[in-house]
Amino acid sequence: MKRILSFLLVAVMLVATVGMLTACSNEKASISSDFKIGFIFLHDENSTYDKNFLVAAEEATAELGLKPEQVIFKTNIPEGNECYEAAADLADQGCNIVFANSFGHEPYMLKAAKEFPDVQFCHATGTTAHTENVPNFHNAFASIYEGRYLAGIAAGMKLNEMIESGKITAEQAKMGYVGAYTYAEVVSGYTSFYLGAKSVCPSVTMEVQFTGSWYDEALEKEAATKLLSNNCVLISQHADSMGAPTACENAGVPNVSYNGSTQSACPNTFIVSSRIDWAPYFKYIINSVVKGEEIATDWCEGFEAGSVKLTDINEAVAAEGTKEALEAAKAKLIAKEIHVFDVNNFTVEGKKLDSYKADVDTDAAYEKDTEAIADGYFHESEYRSAPYFDINIDGITLLNSAF
Amino acid sequence: MKKIENFFTSAITGSLAHIIKRDDIVWWKAWGIRLIAIVLALIVCGIVTVSLTDLNPLEMYATMIDGAVGTSRLVWNLFQNTAILLCVSLAVTPAFKMKFWNIGAEGQVLAGGLATASCMIFLGEKLPTPLLILVMLISSILAGALWGLVPAYFKTRFNSNETLFTLMMNYVIIQIVAFFTLEWSMPKGSGTPRTLEFGQLPTLFGQKYLINILIVALLTALVYIYLKYSKQGYEISVVGESEKTARYIGINVKKVILRTMAISGALCGIAGFLLVAGTDHSLKSDTAGGRGFTAIMVSWLAKFNPIFMIFTSLLIVFLQKGASKISEVYRLNSSFSDIITGIIIFFIIGSEFFINYRIKFNKKEANV
Repeated sequence: MKRILSFLLVAVMLVATVGMLTACSNEKASISSDFKIGFIFLHDENSTYDKNFLVAAEEATAELGLKPEQVIFKTNIPEGNECYEAAADLADQGCNIVFANSFGHEPYMLKAAKEFPDVQFCHATGTTAHTENVPNFHNAFASIYEGRYLAGIAAGMKLNEMIESGKITAEQAKMGYVGAYTYAEVVSGYTSFYLGAKSVCPSVTMEVQFTGSWYDEALEKEAATKLLSNNCVLISQHADSMGAPTACENAGVPNVSYNGSTQSACPNTFIVSSRIDWAPYFKYIINSVVKGEEIATDWCEGFEAGSVKLTDINEAVAAEGTKEALEAAKAKLIAKEIHVFDVNNFTVEGKKLDSYKADVDTDAAYEKDTEAIADGYFHESEYRSAPYFDINIDGITLLNSAF
Repeated sequence: MKKIENFFTSAITGSLAHIIKRDDIVWWKAWGIRLIAIVLALIVCGIVTVSLTDLNPLEMYATMIDGAVGTSRLVWNLFQNTAILLCVSLAVTPAFKMKFWNIGAEGQVLAGGLATASCMIFLGEKLPTPLLILVMLISSILAGALWGLVPAYFKTRFNSNETLFTLMMNYVIIQIVAFFTLEWSMPKGSGTPRTLEFGQLPTLFGQKYLINILIVALLTALVYIYLKYSKQGYEISVVGESEKTARYIGINVKKVILRTMAISGALCGIAGFLLVAGTDHSLKSDTAGGRGFTAIMVSWLAKFNPIFMIFTSLLIVFLQKGASKISEVYRLNSSFSDIITGIIIFFIIGSEFFINYRIKFNKKEANV
């Protein structure tokens, strides 16, 4: 009997393996060997922001069976004419798709897109594809505000734990946030984080300190230190260095991170981190081109597509039950039972917001052009992929707004 | 001189050899030494490559060449970048020849760029393009000259240290430009500069960089003639050789310093103009991209000769472009290509020592 069973098992496994192999080779065969994709990165793997893209690009291209010579990486490309030259050179090298990862690359990518109509130019975090009407130029983002909302819940639960243990009073539940610029992407990020925390800890308040730079370790550390001296009991950040997490680890204050886990460097304070996984987008654009389908002008996906992710929770720091609570909230967000920017959950100058014009179309006058509130919530990342929520809501204090 | 000789003799070679300054060297010997240096540099790079990676060094050099001149686009790009670097190098040269250590080219380029960008933003829709470009050019020259004149004035008036002063002026303008970048950023608050639509330099014969290259070619000829054949150029050399001599023969040293720094800054201003109006069409605090410092090396390597500078700037840009191709093709961190360029430049600079000095071996002691 045993023998028959084991024989059957082996047979099943064998069939499964062969099946998988053929499935794999089928998928590989569908991409011709003269397909090429080129990537333009602002920095290299030493920046957490760029590393997140690099890893995803390697993962996606490997999964689709592209050979190394079909994938070209250009790292350390500044946001200037060099970006146009890099994009044009990639097109010259026969790339079917050229991707760039930094916001400031956009005008130069657009310039190259107009020059090479047969090549698809995909740009992460950009804002102009929907107004420029260049058919081969595309923007992409992810609904990271939902990820930050979950991260905020983890933060709120940690605050609740501190309140229950008598470490702080409910009024002392003040978080600190290190932001780069007063740009919508950052505002949307810290507001969703705050609303997540508030959904479980109603008395929470937050202070935001801006650095005026996307990457400046010293400034970010300094900002975090300032927030700590203001008696913030938990810190999060939207900037790309280890400055804020390190300051938290030194002070023993819990930290909710971004772009990826900082647990190895901050084992005693790291709670959880949200991040965008770009691999689904890369697979989407490669498959679209191979199948001859149009790439979306604006692409923004979330949990379901695997674009927004949370890292593993650091059980040593996080409050009990965090994992279950995050799973439950995630399911509700996916089912659209709850909305991050539900107008019933926040006020502006003491009043509920019924209408708000957002600056969705990029122009020099910063004209607010699109009504974003409908059906009781602010529709983030629906009229273009990059975030445009830029409202200062009650409960959040901006310590500086020069940037 | 004696001191240097003794130092080298004891420190490096014990008493086996000593070092003598060459008074004169025939041109073919000098170039022979340079050639040997380059060959040695390539060999050392090959050894480093093989020991750190599993690459074939010859393939690597082929990749470098391919990355710098592989397609006609890359060739134009190479010339364009050479032109800008050459422009900044020309700019620092008069000051250096005068032994005025202008480390502030980076800032003077940015000052010119800021003036250009301001004109493009505020006058863009008001003036016809040719007039707008002229206004941009003049204001960038004035802004660059002003940024060079400030340290020169303090030097002549209070004998302040020009190296520190010009360096400090870089930080001042970087902060000013950062302020305006944010002020003019698009979308709002992103810190990313807007694209400047009006006043972009025209495309000549279908080549968008040709106008930059022609302007810099013209400047190269002008600076060469100015330094070599004009009275003012002669005054610069005399002040550089000895201020006392200059004063003795009746040269107004202060005037020469102010005038030369104004020229130096003005040329930097033109480089800023070419960068903002000719290529980037935007302004950021890193628009100059470190060229203000690289230019110092270009100028020194060429011994302040504008014609040689064409080749030294071409060499530096060629190495940069080739090196970035190495990291692209072999997926290496760009630090590796920096190491390779570093080694090559080290050998080239080192070769100048052997052109200026001769090592004489002490046969007697060598036998002991």
